[in-house]
Amino acid sequence: MLLQRFLIRLLTMLITLFGVAVVVFVVIRVAPGDPIAMMLPPGATDADIARLRALYGLDKTIVQQFFIWLSGVVRGDFGTSISLRQDVLGLVFNRLPATLELAIVALVMAVLLGGTTAILGARERGTAVEAGIDIASGAALSIPDFLWGLVLILLFGVLVPIFDISGRVSPQLDLPFVTQFYFFESLLRLRLDLTWDLLKHMLMPAVALALPLAAIISQLLKQSLKEVLDLDYVVLARVKGFSETQVILREALKNAALPTLTLVGVQFTFLIGGTVIVERLFSYEGLGNMAIDAVINRDLPLIQGIVLVFALLFVLINLAVDMMYALLNPRLRHG
Amino acid sequence: MDKGHASRHGVSPRLWLAGGWLLLALLAAIFAPLVAPQDPLAQDLMLERLPPFWLDGAEPGYWLGTDSLGRDLLSRLIFGGRIAFIVAFAAAIAACLVGSTLGLIAGYFGGWADRIISRVVDVWMAFPPVLFAILLVAVLGTGLSSVILAIAIIDWTRFCRVIRAEAMGQSRMDYVENARIAGYGRIGIMLREVLPNVVPSIVALLSLEMGIAVIVEAILSFVNLSISTDDPTWGSIIAEGRLSIHQAWWVLVFPLITLILTVLSFSQFGEALKARFDPVLR
Repeated sequence: MLLQRFLIRLLTMLITLFGVAVVVFVVIRVAPGDPIAMMLPPGATDADIARLRALYGLDKTIVQQFFIWLSGVVRGDFGTSISLRQDVLGLVFNRLPATLELAIVALVMAVLLGGTTAILGARERGTAVEAGIDIASGAALSIPDFLWGLVLILLFGVLVPIFDISGRVSPQLDLPFVTQFYFFESLLRLRLDLTWDLLKHMLMPAVALALPLAAIISQLLKQSLKEVLDLDYVVLARVKGFSETQVILREALKNAALPTLTLVGVQFTFLIGGTVIVERLFSYEGLGNMAIDAVINRDLPLIQGIVLVFALLFVLINLAVDMMYALLNPRLRHG
Repeated sequence: MDKGHASRHGVSPRLWLAGGWLLLALLAAIFAPLVAPQDPLAQDLMLERLPPFWLDGAEPGYWLGTDSLGRDLLSRLIFGGRIAFIVAFAAAIAACLVGSTLGLIAGYFGGWADRIISRVVDVWMAFPPVLFAILLVAVLGTGLSSVILAIAIIDWTRFCRVIRAEAMGQSRMDYVENARIAGYGRIGIMLREVLPNVVPSIVALLSLEMGIAVIVEAILSFVNLSISTDDPTWGSIIAEGRLSIHQAWWVLVFPLITLILTVLSFSQFGEALKARFDPVLR
């Protein structure tokens, strides 16, 4: 049952990825503006242009180009970036860790903030505390990450300049890292001086990404908790003398968390999508920032590669959440 | 819905504030040439980076100060509102028409139509939306119609997913079965029976989508990919403000407040409309 579900999901995932590949390929081939002409210095002859077009395979039909590209992708060859003249996959893997770190830190912040306010709101249900949490989460949800980023830049970059508003790490620092996961590696190596510097750069973009998600978690989890808190077994726990906080943490939370979990999965992909503009806003050297440069430079192979990697990330997260849901949900587990 | 009921839900005052702000901003945008105190494009290096009116060094007539080229910020915000509202209305309506139609078909007819439409939605959901928007505008060429088209191409799925689910729920209801027994055709039932019942959701989504469209336009002008570079947009003012943030904070603060108020108002409006239409809440 589980295996069957997994295989069906895997198949849909592949179809989705193929669809993404087709869409992005079609979209950028209709683009006016010749990337080859942009690469060459003025005064290049027609023969030069033709030679370069052949080199990048742009002289073939669009269907041929697609299958040449796709067969490369399947073998792990995403082509060569036109603007940076490097292997696309290498470029993407170089930048992806920065984006993943940012997204994961933001996710952790959102879960902690959303979870705490949900538990607090459920415990203090019907009071001014709950009303306050509702208003705060309503505002956090309605204002998108781009605007939160700007608000944070103004507050903690200009008004009270305690955090850095651009870059990923201070440029003068020596980085001993072997991976591109600077933040996680600095933690593992206990180089807390570097961790602090990385955090000072990462905190504001992460908070900007986390706030809308925290609000969603807070609202949904609080709702589920309030429903569960009226059930018999929770009432029984209360009769046994557990405090309201204990009742929530020990009894209610594990049963109320399931709907939130499913939602967090989908919302996490939105958060990753948000990194594109938030990285730009904070000049954070991640995949999204590189993607915008690639679009501006009309770097077709690089755009294709980045979009496909994002899409892969999205479908993998959805698959993981779906599997986790199936494992945790008793009705599906035994069904 | 009587007044007491509305205020018990806390809808009415917020709705008034939201509606008031949107009306004010919309009227200012429509009558921009009449209400803007200065020419939004006029540069004057003698007047560069003037602070807003309550600070020392402010000039009368330049209420919110000027940017690094000496252009009046308030006038630029008022004229920028024109682009924002045109994009909000046009893009949201286009996304709504495409998405609601496909959602209605998928939800009501089910079967193959549903499978194909849902698969396309899955593909769309696998794109990072901001990157997709930037890519589309780069491909379509900058300009107002490209921005509107790009937002519609990306955001129709928001309508499609919600309306599909609602139409699916409606089509299982007894009244749809009764209409079928009474001899109505499938398309007739879809348009006459199912559609009116999903209209509240469509209207609420439409209001939310207008707020989203305003943000996407701001993001596109922020990365310098929206309309032509001359006309002021809220996003392009923000981009300037981000650059001169340490010299002239007001160039970032005022467009940011404008955007936040507008987005909050659209979402409040959406929520309130939904509550007003929803028979369960009413």
